[in-house]
Amino acid sequence: MNLFTTIFVGLKEVWAHKFRSLLTMLGIILGVASLVGMAAIIKGMENGMRETMVAMGGADKVLLEQQEVPSEQEHLADQARGRTMTDVFALRESAPLIRLISPEMEVRNVTLTRGDKMVSPSECVGVWPAVLDMNLHTLQYGRFFTSLDEENANAVCVIGTAIRDELFGSPERVGREIVPLGELIFINSQPFTIVGMFEHYEGEQEKKQREQARKQPQVQAAGPSRARGWGRGNWAFTRKNLTVYMPLNTAWLRFRAAAGQDGVPDPRLSDIDLKVASLEELETGLQQARNVLMSTRRGIEDFNFRTQENQLDTINQQIRNARMSGGIIAAISLLVGGIGIMNIMLASINERIREIGICKAVGATGLAVFTQVLVESVVIALVGALMGVGVSFGFVKVLGQIAPTANSPVITPIAMMVAVAFSAAVGIIAGLFPAVKAAKLDPIQALRYE
Amino acid sequence: MSLVELRNVSKIYRLGEEEIRALDDVSLDIDEGEFISIIGPSGSGKSTLMHILGCLDSPTRGTIKLDGVMIHDASARQLATMRNRKIGFVFQFFNLLPKLSVVQNVELPMIYSGVSGRERRERAMASLEAVGMANRAKHRPSQLSGGQQQRAAIARALVNGPKIVFADEPTGNLDSHTGEAILSLFRKLSTEGRTIVLVTHDPEIAAVTPRRIEIRDGKIAEKVDLTLAGLDRPHVVRSPEDKLAS
Repeated sequence: MNLFTTIFVGLKEVWAHKFRSLLTMLGIILGVASLVGMAAIIKGMENGMRETMVAMGGADKVLLEQQEVPSEQEHLADQARGRTMTDVFALRESAPLIRLISPEMEVRNVTLTRGDKMVSPSECVGVWPAVLDMNLHTLQYGRFFTSLDEENANAVCVIGTAIRDELFGSPERVGREIVPLGELIFINSQPFTIVGMFEHYEGEQEKKQREQARKQPQVQAAGPSRARGWGRGNWAFTRKNLTVYMPLNTAWLRFRAAAGQDGVPDPRLSDIDLKVASLEELETGLQQARNVLMSTRRGIEDFNFRTQENQLDTINQQIRNARMSGGIIAAISLLVGGIGIMNIMLASINERIREIGICKAVGATGLAVFTQVLVESVVIALVGALMGVGVSFGFVKVLGQIAPTANSPVITPIAMMVAVAFSAAVGIIAGLFPAVKAAKLDPIQALRYE
Repeated sequence: MSLVELRNVSKIYRLGEEEIRALDDVSLDIDEGEFISIIGPSGSGKSTLMHILGCLDSPTRGTIKLDGVMIHDASARQLATMRNRKIGFVFQFFNLLPKLSVVQNVELPMIYSGVSGRERRERAMASLEAVGMANRAKHRPSQLSGGQQQRAAIARALVNGPKIVFADEPTGNLDSHTGEAILSLFRKLSTEGRTIVLVTHDPEIAAVTPRRIEIRDGKIAEKVDLTLAGLDRPHVVRSPEDKLAS
């Protein structure tokens, strides 16, 4: 009895009990759909995380973090001055392995106004031009700050597109791209001139959706338009688009004067970001930076480096964990489906004891009966798996509607293959016991069975 | 050499402490082309004898040779092959698979002997032709009368060209008229040279066969119907006990 006939007979047997087979397959269908869906969600998460990482400045960005003075240096705590430009200049002079240094001085509690419109930026920071390379910004319109702006502490700023959207109107709403170069806006009531604007940052998924929305005719909604809030899209992109940059000295002189000592505005930086020449030299470069900083800080180790490599590890770890737990849950549901198959196969052979007896009487070997039952079980599992793959497409679509766009689930072929292979394995394992039972039936007793 | 040689075969079942001898030291020869009946009341051991002859069961003691092959110590797989190639069964309850059509039922033994699709269909149709059922090939067993089902079952028993056909109460579930027709079909097959063993409890049915073997309490009590034997071919006493008795 060749395999083709066996499979054909198996399919026929499944078809003969359509409803029962469907119910049995349901376990496998749901199992496969949940496995594929789970993998799609995790893939979406992974994509979102990686995009976020790039949006925040890439893998080679190192943050110089302030930290508590260690306990053995507690008595020197009042001499720790925090991160200042002294550190920046020293690093620039004495740490050749540090390719890029970007000092940042943040202005907190900022409101931007223009006419009757206002917006709170995600960050309003005084920076050096190094920040463009550091945070992977692309200036699409206008110019960035010159040394003259820095020297004179000019009241100029460069904005992200979301600031433009709020103060001047977004392309979606106005119907054309507004480039507000030369316009005057107020940063906490101080007039600033916009000299440049970044490109619009967005994830792959958002880009697709935006392009789709553009193709469709605009529906004019009645009533006032509402802000979309932070719920949608990747927060890292939203945040990046809400950036306002000004020259470092401008931030220092115009916004820090109230907090100074002896007539000098507060010199403490809110952030120093570094980039090392190459990732291979990360350790050495950071050691160099540490040595330099130890001397400018007079040996007080109140700083720390945070590399994105740690971040990358964390992301990978999170993905692994999610994959693990999701996989186990889906595998359990597939196993439950397998138990359903075993159950129905046992019932099925019990129902067909006489038939098996007849087949044995006309010359079916134990192996032939065994193969037949096993193939039937695998057929149920595989048909269920294929249906499950079909269902998973719809399932993922529904999930895509619910999940935030940044983590929009992505179906992966590998997940499907794994799910189908696993179902086949489940079908084989579930069929083994019933198949052995059927093969071992005594033909005489099977023939007498009523 | 006989087609079947049974030597001192016993079949013993154990029910707890009790020992039941379904067959007790039975010896029997069947020649090629013979038409014989095994007769006995229910519980006499005739079914057990048929199962052992038909390779469905193996004896507790004794030897059995079928077509020159010793089968008392054969594996389950070898027994299955013997049933497939050398033996045909006809049962009281027809035992056709209800989900398959008549012709598919007849094809079943050939599926297990690995005959290819087209040849299988041709041979099945030829076999159905031989029992006058070719026009019902596409019907389901449930659409047929009892006599037609039994004819289909006979076609299935014959399709692999078996050396010997066992019929276990083949008329037991049929009215006397149809039963008569089935018996004359067996008689016809016998004249064509088939070896047929009819198992029955009914002496009237057994009367159609030239040789009759009576089983009582697991032992053979052979009787020869002189009138019929005389009409057919002379019968030779083969059972060793009978030799001693005469």
